[in-house]
Amino acid sequence: MSRFAEAARFAVRGVLGNKMRSALTTLGILIGVAAVIILVSVGTGSSAAVSEQISSLGSNTLTVSSSQGGGGGRGGGGGFPGMGGGSVDSGSQTRLAELTVDDAGALLDDELAPDVKAVAPTVSASSVTATYTGASHDVSSFTGTTPSYLAINDWTVSAGSAFVDADYTDRERVALVGVTVAEELAGGDGSDLLDETVQFNGVEYSVIGILSSKGTSGNQDQDDVVIAPLTAVQDTLTGYGSVDAITVQATSAETVDAAQAEIEDILNSRHKTTSDDADFSVSNASSFLEAATSTTDTLTVLLGAVAAISLLVGGIGVMNIMLVTVTERTREIGIRKAIGAQKFDIVSQFLVEAVLLSVFGGLMGVLIGVVGSQFTIVGVEPVIEPYSVVLAFGVSVLIGLFFGLYPANRAASLRPIDALRYE
Amino acid sequence: MTVVATRPVIEVRSLRKTYGLGDTEVHALAGVDLVVEKGDYIAIMGASGSGKSTLMNIIGCLDVPTTGQYLLDGVDTRRLDERRQALVRNRKIGFIFQSFNLIARTTALANVELPMAYAGVKAADRRSRAQAALERVGLGERLDHIPSQLSGGQQQRVAVARAIVTNPVLLLADEPTGALDSKSTADILDLFDDLSRAGRTLCVITHEDEVAARAKRVIRLRDGQIVMDERVAGIHQPPPGVAR
Ligand SMILES: Nc1ncnc2c1ncn2[C@@H]1O[C@H](COP(=O)(O)OP(=O)(O)OP(=O)(O)O)[C@@H](O)[C@H]1O
Ligand SMILES: [Mg+2]
Repeated sequence: MSRFAEAARFAVRGVLGNKMRSALTTLGILIGVAAVIILVSVGTGSSAAVSEQISSLGSNTLTVSSSQGGGGGRGGGGGFPGMGGGSVDSGSQTRLAELTVDDAGALLDDELAPDVKAVAPTVSASSVTATYTGASHDVSSFTGTTPSYLAINDWTVSAGSAFVDADYTDRERVALVGVTVAEELAGGDGSDLLDETVQFNGVEYSVIGILSSKGTSGNQDQDDVVIAPLTAVQDTLTGYGSVDAITVQATSAETVDAAQAEIEDILNSRHKTTSDDADFSVSNASSFLEAATSTTDTLTVLLGAVAAISLLVGGIGVMNIMLVTVTERTREIGIRKAIGAQKFDIVSQFLVEAVLLSVFGGLMGVLIGVVGSQFTIVGVEPVIEPYSVVLAFGVSVLIGLFFGLYPANRAASLRPIDALRYE
Repeated sequence: MTVVATRPVIEVRSLRKTYGLGDTEVHALAGVDLVVEKGDYIAIMGASGSGKSTLMNIIGCLDVPTTGQYLLDGVDTRRLDERRQALVRNRKIGFIFQSFNLIARTTALANVELPMAYAGVKAADRRSRAQAALERVGLGERLDHIPSQLSGGQQQRVAVARAIVTNPVLLLADEPTGALDSKSTADILDLFDDLSRAGRTLCVITHEDEVAARAKRVIRLRDGQIVMDERVAGIHQPPPGVAR
């Protein structure tokens, strides 16, 4: 053991003997380790953001959207509210009546659908421009629906009041606006917009409530919305006919699957379809979550792989420098062997030297990786995965061992007589 | 000459060393027999290419003969594996080279400590012994100088200190004064005289007659064979340089 300590001392001297070269070699490992930590953190951070975004939708809600007879077109999940406007398909376009308000009503059936708690059909009007006393704003999401939609999606009003069933049946042109819309139109905190009349694509609606802020989710502003009674929106903006989606609330998170089966049965019998040629699809938050997590997991793996490659390149750099060092110090190796150094002494010395370079690079890489992960990177708040830190550092140590072994063995296998003669 | 009771330090029988094969074959050593007793001080002379270094490398266990027998301090060196050879070099032999062969960027003290580090001597012990060895070669003031801060003569004295610090049975020097001026040469030769008087066994390869003149026995090689073996002074007498 003391011989090993001795070899380690010589190794430290070797590393310090050529500081510039050691620093540059270390840099290769440093970049690799820092890249692994930061990129994995970014991957994990975006996963976390997506899951958070999805779970904020509520774990017990389902969305029924129309799909064209199993033929692709509008695949499952496009119409999920709040998910980023994939569904916005203007009602002005004529199309097959697939989902109707009556379909929505049929889902509220205590007998056939005991696990369904609430239902809200929705239509989305696209390209809606709101104007108010000269100010105008393009609303990113304009939804026509029933009052239960608000409860299902946790919308509350911070000022004024929500619309009620009477507004729905009376086809009242009333609207609830998101904070962003209110601020854009009325300035200030937007509260001035309450009880004012706003024109949406030229149609007058009176603002009866301002929605409480939901903030942004990912890069999407959840407050850039307007919600109005479905009947009024059909009267004025989307035209009559089918609804874009039906939002369903199950009685609890546990009954979501049961509710989904009940919905499918009811709609299949109403549409005279079977599960094979259904012209609608039902999706829930957890199915989104699964799809999204698998995507972001792939992303994380890809990022990690790119970073791992750079770590490998750093390791090859260590090997390269160690080979140069061994060649340069052939004579020194000869002297040491002539004086009585054993193979073990020489292997330890050069192996420790390689490991020192990579461990130092690894430590610096961890430091920079952890510091770097504190910043928001391309809109993602990185979440440091402890495993990535341990893994990157561990791999850097292994890299030193692995890539140091060959040069160290080469040094130790030199015959003393040849090494001494080396010029 | 009467048979000495102690075993010889070097006992070489029919030693041959051949380099290359076929047309390029070179017989660097072509059958050498040599016995060196403990306490002797021999000089090996000969023209360039006569096989002096080849002989010393084999005697120093840095190389192995093609055929023949070599007993170092009674141990048959052909039986030694790589690990034991290193051990023998460490314990029994002290090397002094023409080009000093100190480790660069390493202090005189650390250079002298090195063989003891490989022998597993404790740090404090090592330090005091290295210090004593350096004082013995007159470098007590230069412990912390690195090779590039020392003159050639001083570097060679550090090398001598490194060679003697482990108390080896045999000191091997290959043209130790080849790179030195006459003053430094004289310093080194005086050191060798000291060591010889203290009972060490020395084996010095040289081209120079004044170096050979200090040894108790002079051997001349030609084409890998001993062509002359002349004793100048008795093994237990002081070397000729001291008697003068
Ligand atoms: N590694 C080798 N490969 C081939 N031939 C060698 C090798 N080493 C030595 N020789 C040959 O062996 C012979 C003896 O060489 P050696 O080095 O022992 O001579 P030397 O007496 O020490 O000469 P010098 O006084 O110049 O140092 C020479 O002819 C040399 O060319
Ligand atoms: Mg020679």
